Amino acid sequence: MGIQDEISKHLLLLDGAMGTQIQLLHLTEEDYRGDRFMDHPTSLKGNNDLLCLTRPSYIARIHQNYLESGANIIETNTFNAQRISLEDYGLADIAYELNLAAAKIAVSTRNEFQQNQPKAAPAYVAGAIGPTSKTCSLSPDVERPEFRAVTYNTLKEAYREQIEGLLDGGVDALLVETIFDTLNAKAAFHAILDVLEDRNLSAITKENPHGDIAIMASGTITDLAGRTLSGQTAAAFAVSLEHVPLFSLGFNCALGAEQLLPQVLALKSFTNAHLSAYPNAGMPNAMGTYDESPETFRDKIEPFLKHPELRIIGGCCGTSPAHIQSLFTLINETIPNE
Amino acid sequence: MNNPLYLSGLEVVRIESQSNFINIGERTNVAGSIQFKRAIQEKNYGRAIAIAREQVESGSVILDINMDDALIDGIEAMRIFLNLLAAEPDISRVPLMIDSSKWEIIEAGLQCAQGKCIVNSISLKDGETLFIERAKLTRKYGAAVVVMAFDEHGQADTYEKRISICERAYNVLTQKVNFPPENIIFDPNIFPIGTGLEEHKRYAIDFFAATEWIKANLPHAKVSGGVSNVSFSFRGNNVVREAMHASFLYHGVKAGMDMGIVNTSQLAVYDEVDKELMQKVEDVIFNRNEQATEALLEIAQAYSAPKNKIETVAAWRSEPLAKRLSHALVHGVTDFIEVDVLEALNHYPSPLAIIEGPLMDGMNIVGDYFGSGKMFLPQVVKSARVMKAAVAVLEPRILEEKARFPSQQVAKKKIVLATVKGDVHDIGKNIVSIVLACNGYDIVDLGVMVPNEVIIETAIREKADAIGLSGLITPSLEVMCDLAEDLSRRKLYFPLLIGGATTSRVHTAVKIVPRTHIPVIHVNDASKVVPAVRSLFNPTESEGYLQGIKMEYEKVRSHYETHQREKRRIPLEAARKNTFIPKQAFTPVRPKQLGVRKIKFSVAEVAQYIDWTPFFQAWQLAGKFPNLLTDEVVGEQATLLYQDALKCLSAWTKEDYHTEGIFGLFPAMRKQADDIQVFSKELSPCNEDVCFLTLRQQTEKAKGAVNYGLADFISSEEMDYIGCFAVTTGNWAEEIAKQHQTDQDDFQAILSKAIADRLAEATAELLHEKVRKEFWGYASNEDLTNSELIAESYTGIRPAPGYPACPDHEEKRTIWKLLAVEKEIGITLTESLAMYPSASVSGYFFGHPESMYFGLGKIEMDQVADYAERRGVSLETAKKLLSPLLF
Repeated sequence: MGIQDEISKHLLLLDGAMGTQIQLLHLTEEDYRGDRFMDHPTSLKGNNDLLCLTRPSYIARIHQNYLESGANIIETNTFNAQRISLEDYGLADIAYELNLAAAKIAVSTRNEFQQNQPKAAPAYVAGAIGPTSKTCSLSPDVERPEFRAVTYNTLKEAYREQIEGLLDGGVDALLVETIFDTLNAKAAFHAILDVLEDRNLSAITKENPHGDIAIMASGTITDLAGRTLSGQTAAAFAVSLEHVPLFSLGFNCALGAEQLLPQVLALKSFTNAHLSAYPNAGMPNAMGTYDESPETFRDKIEPFLKHPELRIIGGCCGTSPAHIQSLFTLINETIPNE
Repeated sequence: MNNPLYLSGLEVVRIESQSNFINIGERTNVAGSIQFKRAIQEKNYGRAIAIAREQVESGSVILDINMDDALIDGIEAMRIFLNLLAAEPDISRVPLMIDSSKWEIIEAGLQCAQGKCIVNSISLKDGETLFIERAKLTRKYGAAVVVMAFDEHGQADTYEKRISICERAYNVLTQKVNFPPENIIFDPNIFPIGTGLEEHKRYAIDFFAATEWIKANLPHAKVSGGVSNVSFSFRGNNVVREAMHASFLYHGVKAGMDMGIVNTSQLAVYDEVDKELMQKVEDVIFNRNEQATEALLEIAQAYSAPKNKIETVAAWRSEPLAKRLSHALVHGVTDFIEVDVLEALNHYPSPLAIIEGPLMDGMNIVGDYFGSGKMFLPQVVKSARVMKAAVAVLEPRILEEKARFPSQQVAKKKIVLATVKGDVHDIGKNIVSIVLACNGYDIVDLGVMVPNEVIIETAIREKADAIGLSGLITPSLEVMCDLAEDLSRRKLYFPLLIGGATTSRVHTAVKIVPRTHIPVIHVNDASKVVPAVRSLFNPTESEGYLQGIKMEYEKVRSHYETHQREKRRIPLEAARKNTFIPKQAFTPVRPKQLGVRKIKFSVAEVAQYIDWTPFFQAWQLAGKFPNLLTDEVVGEQATLLYQDALKCLSAWTKEDYHTEGIFGLFPAMRKQADDIQVFSKELSPCNEDVCFLTLRQQTEKAKGAVNYGLADFISSEEMDYIGCFAVTTGNWAEEIAKQHQTDQDDFQAILSKAIADRLAEATAELLHEKVRKEFWGYASNEDLTNSELIAESYTGIRPAPGYPACPDHEEKRTIWKLLAVEKEIGITLTESLAMYPSASVSGYFFGHPESMYFGLGKIEMDQVADYAERRGVSLETAKKLLSPLLF
């Protein structure tokens, strides 16, 4: 069953945080290195995406937990898996391989789950594409406002490699997320459009429900004035991505659920795509962790359900399978299956 | 229903048929603005960004950015400029139109813009394949696109070609590229009309028709164009060009044009264009008759030179009377004011009604424009000249009426203005006087060197509502304090306005306010004076305003006191120990010619040494010369003013006026710590040796920093040398200014004074150069340009008594004695030691290679006592002389 058919029947539940779940495992440098990178010259601890190659079973386990909690869309563990971010660890050259592996883990976990739970609603794998560690619209050097640490073309090429890996691994969707610089995202979508054209694939949209790939976009509003880090309003953000045949458009991360909702709704007049929202479990505390319990989180998400145009919800930083589980219960209590 | 086109920068712009016409700013286009082109060529991106900002502020909804120029690396310039724009949220909120004939430059631009841009442009010129390829790329970059009506056979110049090319392009884009039609913007080519060529005559008509056709037949598509092109053959005639643009846009928008590239800050309003001109313009636009172009060319001449008043007469002389009066005031035209005022006498009940009606209305417009930055000081002064001329016509009649109906007087707020006793500078005061008069205040201007008693008596007699005091030299500060105290003692209530170069908010708050119960307001320039008096005299505002000022000044005072307390000073003895030690050994150079000489320079010779920046400052036109002549904001007025100044200089040159001066070079040695003993007996008319007394910094310095005194630059061990001088533009300049004032021509009066001041400074500069290169000769190889001179790149200094390094004005007396200044060249010193004629400069020459300017700062009582002894005066007198230096 296609994702457009599915979303027209019920609200889709996106999974929760990957990073928070990995943190709970208290992994060591050795876990990250595995056998393959035993002799790598720099420390690899903290390079969560790398675990797809070195500890694939851990990642599969997390995916499985989310699927069991009721998630309809799970994200690959590839938020930082393009060569620009990987270069920080001296691992630029494994970018394609890493994405391929990550996609395969998620897809096979999903397939297994559906075999075991034939009654569960279909689940989809979205390739997670993060903003990279560099930004194309802002100068890292206040003395040289004209300077950029990365160019559009470099970004586009890096994204292209990531996208090829994800698609070859079998993902159903590509989710460009946590967009704080729309220009970075435009380079990512440019790469997606190029790859789709080269492979003769079409995007799944309301108008083209039986296309090949769902393209999803999710930005991040970093200030209470409702602007992205690169300064755009929610509306300007949507208009800047108007050319992309999006399946969904929304916001994630940064602020808590209450602040996120009005921003997501502000997109409504500027897009044909389904709206999505997956906030953090509140704001990080002094220790850098998130305090919102599954129950509080559920209560904060509840008002979202009053807006029928909001079709995808889920959790970002600090959320766990328990959070997703509580959303699952909430959705099923509130909105009976159509 | 047409789909809207959405664009974005940091914010969204929505364009649909019902929305207003969208202005696309053309001045960030190197072909649309010479200033922008120059800024980019010189890589002066700050300037380029300022132009972009000005476009957005003046209403551009989209910015057109074009870097196509042979001397510019377009890709680099586009990238740098857009990256810089991204850091300016007030500019980058608007969407960008990336404009180039080179696709590589367009792509470079698209790669630097996060918003949804417009690509300007693509066309079928190089065939369908390339067209499709670029359209697809445009789409992937998320931009809308301008399609030029251009194909393999050339640019569409007829109605038929325009519509057939646009239709073909539309079909290719919507069918083969799947380009959303609302994102297609056609540019059906705006070409110059009125060129005299037969085939150009239908260009405008065809453009309108093609626009209508596109809107009717190509659903959702938009229409744009470069409007300035249409008037290309009338280059140099902005009045006609603006009229053509206004008309073209008016009819273009009616035909369905959605947007256009225009100079936003230079758009005439259709209804406000002179009717006759508009008629002729539209005859050309609509090709109404064979002679249309000839007729427009003919009438165009009358509009070609706005400065040539006789020829522009036709434009506004036919307006109703009130409008003519207001026009004359706003545009500063005196030529017809007498005629118009006499005519007004037949239409208004009384002469006073003319002043209070149309004339004041006009002056209110001037005041508003000045307040909001739409007019600049030189224009305001010219307006005031017109007002004075009008009042001069009416005055005898008003006096007659007053005699008949004494009760008819209207009470205007009255302000007594004066430059205080001992001070001769009045440019600033005159400007304030004019600005206040423009804004409807009654001004009693007492002129310069006005004793306090006269000011107070006048205020009482005239029943003034306030007193304004001005001063340029530091002793005037003490005089102002005295007057404030006097008012307080005599229990007189006249709020005091304090202004002039030497005054400051800090001085007012710290030194004047505590000595009086009268409200004292410091007004730092002429543009601030109107809001200040308006608040002061507004019965509902006044109390709160004065309370606010009082609190502000209390804050200033306590801040100053804390600051001064924190700024530690050291005893004089310690300061003298921490004195300047030259980095390099130096043997004083004996001047080629010792003794006193007189000099005389022609105005032409001196003019080359003028530092113009302060001249424009006097007129409140901020910026550095010569850049400010091309400045976006003040450039036009600065250029006009500069032309007036050059005209004045050339007249003075023709009259063969000279500036003159006297200077002396003497052997000298440093004596004790801070005295400079001048061995002048045989060399000077005063026949005795004199001593220059210098003062020393007492601020506690960081380790390694020195407590300077000017005496440091004179050797105490071997025979050294010092010079001193006094120069003046001359009494003739004073006379000229007076004559202008008598003629009620404030503009010329202020202009000539401001230039005379510059000439005096320039004379000092020229003399200093001659001293260095010839008379003293220690720098005979020096070869500096005027800007290097202004930047003081030369060896040696010429500090002036009364200025930061040597604030003690008393030293002028020593110079006057040494050189017999008054007897030889006629510059006199007032009781406060101001020089008269006021366009005069005096000072010392120091030749030490490491000599430099510094500010003395505040000093302690131990130095005052030491000074009193050296000067041979009482401690009380010394305190008074040095009061500006005391905490």
